[in-house]
Amino acid sequence: MAQDAAQGVTGRGFGRPGEVPGWVGFALLPLLNLLAALVLSGLVILVIGENPLDVLALLVTEAVGYPEAIGYTLYYTTSYIFTGLAVAIAFHCGLFNIGGEGQAYLGGLGAGLVGLALTGWPWPVAALGAVALSALFGAVWGAVPGWLQARRGSHIVITTIMFNFIAAAIMTYLLVDVLIRPGSQSPETREFDPGVWLPTMDRALGWFGVAIPASPLNLSFLWALACCALFYLFLWRTRWGYEIRTVGRNERAAVYAGISPARNIILAMAISGALAGFVGVNEIMGVQHRILLNFTGGVGFVGIAVALMGRNHPVGIVLAALLFGVLAQGGGQVSFEYPTVNRELVMVIQGLVILFAGALENLFKPRVEALFRRRAGGTAHG
Amino acid sequence: MKTTPMPQHPPALETRGVNKWFGANHANRDVSLAVPKGTIHGVIGENGAGKSTIMSIVYGYQPADGGSILVDGRPVAVRSPRDALAVGIGMVHQHFMLVDPFTVLENVLLGAEGGVTLAAGMARARAELIRLARDYGLEVDLDRPVGELPVGAQQRVEILKALYRGADILILDEPTGVLTPQETDHLFRILRALREQGKTVVIITHKLREIMELTDNVTVMRRGQVVANVATARTSREQLAELMVGRKVLLRVEKAPATPGPAVLEVAGLRVRDGAGVERVKGVGLTVHAGEIVGIAGVSGNGQSELLEALAGMRPLAGGSVRLRGEELTATPDRFTARGLRALGVGHVPEDRQRVGLVTGFEAQECAILGHHGDPAFNGRLLMDRRALFDRCAAEMDAYDVRPRDPRLPAANFSGGNQQKIVLAREMERNPDLLLVGQPTRGVDIGAIEFIHRRLVALRDQGKAILLVSVELDEIRALSDRILVMFDGRLVGEVAPDEADERRLGLMMAGVAEAA
Repeated sequence: MAQDAAQGVTGRGFGRPGEVPGWVGFALLPLLNLLAALVLSGLVILVIGENPLDVLALLVTEAVGYPEAIGYTLYYTTSYIFTGLAVAIAFHCGLFNIGGEGQAYLGGLGAGLVGLALTGWPWPVAALGAVALSALFGAVWGAVPGWLQARRGSHIVITTIMFNFIAAAIMTYLLVDVLIRPGSQSPETREFDPGVWLPTMDRALGWFGVAIPASPLNLSFLWALACCALFYLFLWRTRWGYEIRTVGRNERAAVYAGISPARNIILAMAISGALAGFVGVNEIMGVQHRILLNFTGGVGFVGIAVALMGRNHPVGIVLAALLFGVLAQGGGQVSFEYPTVNRELVMVIQGLVILFAGALENLFKPRVEALFRRRAGGTAHG
Repeated sequence: MKTTPMPQHPPALETRGVNKWFGANHANRDVSLAVPKGTIHGVIGENGAGKSTIMSIVYGYQPADGGSILVDGRPVAVRSPRDALAVGIGMVHQHFMLVDPFTVLENVLLGAEGGVTLAAGMARARAELIRLARDYGLEVDLDRPVGELPVGAQQRVEILKALYRGADILILDEPTGVLTPQETDHLFRILRALREQGKTVVIITHKLREIMELTDNVTVMRRGQVVANVATARTSREQLAELMVGRKVLLRVEKAPATPGPAVLEVAGLRVRDGAGVERVKGVGLTVHAGEIVGIAGVSGNGQSELLEALAGMRPLAGGSVRLRGEELTATPDRFTARGLRALGVGHVPEDRQRVGLVTGFEAQECAILGHHGDPAFNGRLLMDRRALFDRCAAEMDAYDVRPRDPRLPAANFSGGNQQKIVLAREMERNPDLLLVGQPTRGVDIGAIEFIHRRLVALRDQGKAILLVSVELDEIRALSDRILVMFDGRLVGEVAPDEADERRLGLMMAGVAEAA
């Protein structure tokens, strides 16, 4: 009876009135942060003498306003999903993988070698081969820094940054001296046999009689979505994911539980690298159809922002990747229309979104939560 | 409003209607207490009762969400520890805030250097500290690096620091947790000397014995509220315990004499090094039989933690042998791991549940399988069986009365006692032959302590072997069938619990006396 009374006290008084609804955390606060970034971007645009609302309207229209634009936006989104997931799985193991760029670069090499080798084969074979080899190359490029961290204590941030440079140097060497199309001046390989190209979405939907305008969007988008589902299942529904999360959250508890931190760090970095490597499938097999220099264009770094904003959860990562896809596509178009709003200014806007969504994530949090507590508390008392 | 007769002096320290929220947690609810000048005042309560919260508000670590603080009857605005010191409030933390390589003098001076050059301030400080040390019995060697001093002396440095900065009101947060009984006596002598000189002392603790022995008045807190303000002379341990918990509590452990069976754990010449390569366990031999609880007493930091972790397979051995049920384990290194030992029927309740025993960001049901996550009962071919996980955790929560009974709640959202019950349930329900237990009730409510002690005794009565490490002498004496005392990495003696008076144990723990 005494226990019942104690429970009554708990139920009534302890914390209940101050509850902050869950949607505040994953919906309202990100929106507020995005809004703040847009307001500040608007001010910047105002300063250079353009009308921010016009620019914003154009940006949105050019990103999602018509089917072709949507295709482009989703094409960017695809790569961001891969690198976002890559950064996220490393985060779940307590690691900050800055090397998505290099892992994606080498993943492209893997995909490209398959494309070069399989002339005359059907495209599904090439697609599977490209997925496998890009994953393998990316995984190796992630696992080596993982191994250095786990066994030698070399900090993962430093090593992955260095591996980005090494990847760039290797690719330059290969493309200038080894893989270059004979007789060519530009450092890139020959084009793959069109039969092994990864079908674009418009072609694939064409088989089913659905007509959409041509765009770079290709089947790797579906693979990206599948990776999101697999990511979720692996991390939260398998014992291997459980081990990775344990190491990430509490290494001492992992040791206590008989889980090897070193093994899981290497495993998480290998998976992370493989996910980043899939960028190569999208870019090389889906769009470029040859290996060329610097095709990654910073997707590895955008992946950090995507993972941060998406809170390392696949659903959030898809949404954040969409947002950055919109910014990449719409921003590019805006710089064509407004000579004063150049590519660099679009990067400023992207930077502001990253700043508010990532670095200043908690800017509005205390105040908004306090607001909700007061309101809820008020109704409970009144 | 309570009406108290107006004393000659207004209270040295008073809080009126202080409220504090942490997220959804109402940590302080209308906390009003008054500490008369020149008294020793106890603030007692279970973990999470809000006693440390109210003191951290008084000391300016965090702002209150409402209410006021008065010093000598005048309202004060304390927004930082600097403000607190300015109105004469000093604090001695549970974990000392000292720079180990600096000397005592340098530590005291830190942040109060008083001038551009150190030399002038040093000379002034030295004179003042010598005076303080004489007045209050706070003798420490001013020129020794703090890191070389024993814990009790480090604490005296903290007190000196506060007094040097002009504190008239001294707040001590759980000051005796790391002290031997002798050091505790010394501390109490100092605090009484401070009172005689007109200083006001507030001591936060969960130890009833200290309240009864030391304080003039006591404030009891429960669930963020003040439930009683009483004169210590007019109350009793039993009454205070009941006020803290909200129901009657049995302070003693009832148990029948042990009936030891065959030896389960036999350790010989065990050596363990810590992460820095320093030998922390220097040749320990002990035996634990089925059906007995062997307690290891010792001041924290004398190698007990390393011993326990080594026996659980969490640390490599630097030497020695370990036999389980007569079987040599150290010969097969792959079995002498955390995973291997668990499979052999060794349960381990680690000393630090938050940093070792649980993953606080995980759901309770995920924590309930930590170390057993590969168990076929929870796994299909690829995916884990969430249903089985949930059912297992729910059943354990029922059996161990974990509240709230929600397997999906993050472990961080449970109180210390309930977190400990989740760990205990996980380790005890696997039916281990040997249970290694470290600090089973550290930071746990009195009500839960009673429950945990009963469970451990019940497990012993089922014929299991239990090795208990605790820095709480009362706990060691209450639970153990044999007591081993550890000092500086060695076992320095064995005592039967009925012969283990505090003084004798204390001397052994301090390395002064061998067992007679």
